[in-house]
Amino acid sequence: MASTASGLVSGVNGNMVNVKFSSQVIKNEVGYIHVGDTRLKSEIIRITDGIASLQVYEMTGGIAVGDEVEFTGEMLSVELGPGLLTQVFDGLQNPLPGLAEKCGFFLERGVYLDPLPDKEWDFTPSKSVGDKVIAGDSFGSVPEGIFRHEIMVPFTLQGEWRIKSIAAKGMHRSRETICVIEDGKGNEKELSMIITQPVKVAIKGYQERVLPDETMVTKVRIIDTFLPVAKGGTYCIPGPFGAGKTVLQHLTSRNADVDIVIIAACGERAGEVVEILKEFPELTDPKTGRSLMERTIIICNTSSMPVAAREASVYTAVTMAEYYRNMGLDVLLLADSTSRWAQAMREMSGRLEEIPGDEAFPAYLESRIAEFYERAGKVKLRDGRTGTVTIGGTVSPAGGNFEEPVTQATLKVVGAFHGLSRERSDARKYPAIDPLDSWSKYEGIIDKAKVAEAYSYLRRGSEVGQMMKVVGEEGTSLDDYVVYQKGEFLDSVYLQQNSFDPVDAAVTVDRQRMVFSVLYDILTSSYSLEDKKDARLFFNELRQRFLDWNGTAESDERFSVLREDLESFYKGRRK
Amino acid sequence: MQKVYTKIESIVGNVITVRAEGVRNNDLAEITTSRGKGYANVIKLDGDKVSLQVFQGAMGVSTGDSVRFLGVPMRVSFSDNLLGRIFDGAGRPRDNGPELTENMIEIGGPSVNPSRRILPNKMIRTGIPMIDVFNTLVESQKLPIFSISGEPYNQLLARIAMQAEVDIIVLGGMGLKYDDYLFFRNTLESSGALSRTIMFIHTASDPTVECTLVPDLSLAVAERFALQGKKVLVLLTDMTNFCDSLKETAITMEQVPSNRGYPGDLYSALASRYEKAVSFEGAGSVTILGVTTMPGDDVTHPVPDNTGYITEGQYYLKNGHIEPFGSLSRLKQNVNKDTRSDHRALMDGMIKLYSAYKDSLEKRSMGFMMSDWDEKLLRYGAEFESRMMDLSVNIPLEEALDEGWKILSECFEPNETGLRTELIEQYWPKER
Repeated sequence: MASTASGLVSGVNGNMVNVKFSSQVIKNEVGYIHVGDTRLKSEIIRITDGIASLQVYEMTGGIAVGDEVEFTGEMLSVELGPGLLTQVFDGLQNPLPGLAEKCGFFLERGVYLDPLPDKEWDFTPSKSVGDKVIAGDSFGSVPEGIFRHEIMVPFTLQGEWRIKSIAAKGMHRSRETICVIEDGKGNEKELSMIITQPVKVAIKGYQERVLPDETMVTKVRIIDTFLPVAKGGTYCIPGPFGAGKTVLQHLTSRNADVDIVIIAACGERAGEVVEILKEFPELTDPKTGRSLMERTIIICNTSSMPVAAREASVYTAVTMAEYYRNMGLDVLLLADSTSRWAQAMREMSGRLEEIPGDEAFPAYLESRIAEFYERAGKVKLRDGRTGTVTIGGTVSPAGGNFEEPVTQATLKVVGAFHGLSRERSDARKYPAIDPLDSWSKYEGIIDKAKVAEAYSYLRRGSEVGQMMKVVGEEGTSLDDYVVYQKGEFLDSVYLQQNSFDPVDAAVTVDRQRMVFSVLYDILTSSYSLEDKKDARLFFNELRQRFLDWNGTAESDERFSVLREDLESFYKGRRK
Repeated sequence: MQKVYTKIESIVGNVITVRAEGVRNNDLAEITTSRGKGYANVIKLDGDKVSLQVFQGAMGVSTGDSVRFLGVPMRVSFSDNLLGRIFDGAGRPRDNGPELTENMIEIGGPSVNPSRRILPNKMIRTGIPMIDVFNTLVESQKLPIFSISGEPYNQLLARIAMQAEVDIIVLGGMGLKYDDYLFFRNTLESSGALSRTIMFIHTASDPTVECTLVPDLSLAVAERFALQGKKVLVLLTDMTNFCDSLKETAITMEQVPSNRGYPGDLYSALASRYEKAVSFEGAGSVTILGVTTMPGDDVTHPVPDNTGYITEGQYYLKNGHIEPFGSLSRLKQNVNKDTRSDHRALMDGMIKLYSAYKDSLEKRSMGFMMSDWDEKLLRYGAEFESRMMDLSVNIPLEEALDEGWKILSECFEPNETGLRTELIEQYWPKER
């Protein structure tokens, strides 16, 4: 099937290479450019008049006109199979620790290693000879850490196949043939535990897509209560530099209530990835008690690594997410940052001399962003189980201005928007999610009507605050002033959360519900307060007590004492 | 490869085009013009049409001038002989010393494998309290100094070059005024720091293309020294000039501009340089301190904006001192827990009080009554500014911390500082 076309380089411009080809080539096919002894991976992104334009996933220095190019007949693909978890890959699924062993400190170009080790796994077949299978059906499983890793029929196969032979239960290497299938015409196909999947084609193989209806708990109060994200949903975090996007993502990657987390560090600082690499193996997953690394895959294409591979890295990540989803697992994909991915597209579009859109981004920016986020979702598998892919992407808008194309295109397609504001981060109000600008279309863990009511205090409080800046405290009525204090109170005891405090950093659903019920009672009560000074002192004291309570573990004996203390304090002043 | 081409087909901006075969992308060529010999590098290949960027600028280049391809990319000599030397943006000596040709290394090499990076954990002492105490510089950090034209950023860099506890300083100057270049040279010479310094200086009157090479030259050399186990500090001034040169080249190459005329790959271009900051396990480190002047004091300008997304914090140099607000060293948490037990608490406490001082100042300017507490804060603010923030203050970290306690004890009662009791017992100056 595979075309074995070849070609010769006819031009080089930045990371784009033009190739004159013989016979036939396929759009998005992978080719290798031979430069001396090294082979540089690249992808056909345009074909015009017998010339294929390739984006090269490596530095293009040293390429000369006339260099040979070999085409593979395959689209850019990743290998999927047991052994993906705990690994650290680059955007093209090269295992970075393996590269380091081979090449030392630096990333040498043209070195491509097997993404998955040829390890032995304990295979248990679930189908037998004669059974009918179609693409995406599981025919067995191996244990991978705490998960049952389903071994599936490749998602790209067409039609119905019959199992001709299948390996018995026992240890098998991941690359050995464990199953042979044939179709009605007598074509045979040998299957191993590893399948190859083009990254830009969404994985199907499920019964149907269903509505995401379950909250993905992040243990961040402002998110779970006010701006929830659903399992299978999408959300974005735009924010200027230094507002805490990455810290928020790291926090989510640790605490999110999902089975598997895939972190795509796309064009950001290498140092941040190093933090994850060093910290995660030490941290335990509260859900399973195992190391956090055992549920994590890191795709790492940091800012100084080649730009075209950055473009590929988010697809690599989402393909792996879909693969685990089809095993009935909940997967969270965190992409940091999607702006760098969009910039990679912009760079390539510029080299192709396409007509630029807004801020020189290509005209297809919006559709590409939509396509990517649409790969999230909740699906019902053929055996009735469900699996989800949740996508959370950060956006780094130029100048912190949300009116730019990437933020705007993203807002159109996501289900929740967590906008970070410079004002809040400057005032050290973390997480710096702006509660008034942000929104979510998903169900949270607390009754919607109550949340809306709490919200109204925030909104009215902020309005009074604005007004007070003009007319001063003197010109504000006591009632308005109390609303203002209530808004501030809600902000400081509930929306803000100290990620460095061992107790406050991660708040469980039960605790959030309990704390919210007290908070709700405080907000909706009226108090007998003499004047504004009295009101200020009352709320200051209340805040202090609430924060002390927030910082106390539920297992601590003082927990219930502090709660009673707090309640008797405000109930004593109630009208 | 040594064939000489004498037919230049087009000259646009600083880019010339010749027809040649077997030429490799990024290769270096020697071009001989009526003004002498110079270099150019290949930036685009299209069939047998080769586009080259002429380092010294294409002014005065004739269509009949000769171009000879050298078959190697841009390189720089690397050895201990570099120490104390000054070069220009093309790597030629600027100090009348001999040209170095031994042990040539490529510039703009590959990126470090993230899995081989280590968590930075060593502080670099500079003797400047606003850095050492409040926003500690950490080995392998990349930090810009956001400033405005007219501020003494070059003086600050020169002082850091003289005092920083590192083995080697590499100074990359881009678009420097000639006076500033002389200032750097004379200051480092008279302080004796020149012998551990290597300078790559592009002055404002030099050709634009050479400006874009300065960071790559500086960082290639720095990286090699780091691999030999040296602690290297790279000072780059001014990165905004570097970006403007990139812009100029991109526009002449008819690339589609993205934001205010800057090329779409500005982020990648800056990141590939700044990410050279690294700590090698079992060897040395590269730390980058760059100056980014903000046109119109606008931090949302593409250059400071993209820089901020790449670097690990920033120092704001404004009104002659490093601003305590806005300045941030993202890595300071990694080191300031191990310096002295009072470091973190004192740092936070003093900044909180300084912020309260700013509030009092605002109140006073609006004509409100000053309370006792306000008076205390006003006194504290003035002391803090003259004894901590002033750039002429030059004391090691420990002395700076002691000085901090002294200022606090002169202005406040212990319980007004919000500092923990056990720290006050240990560090509060005894006699008053």
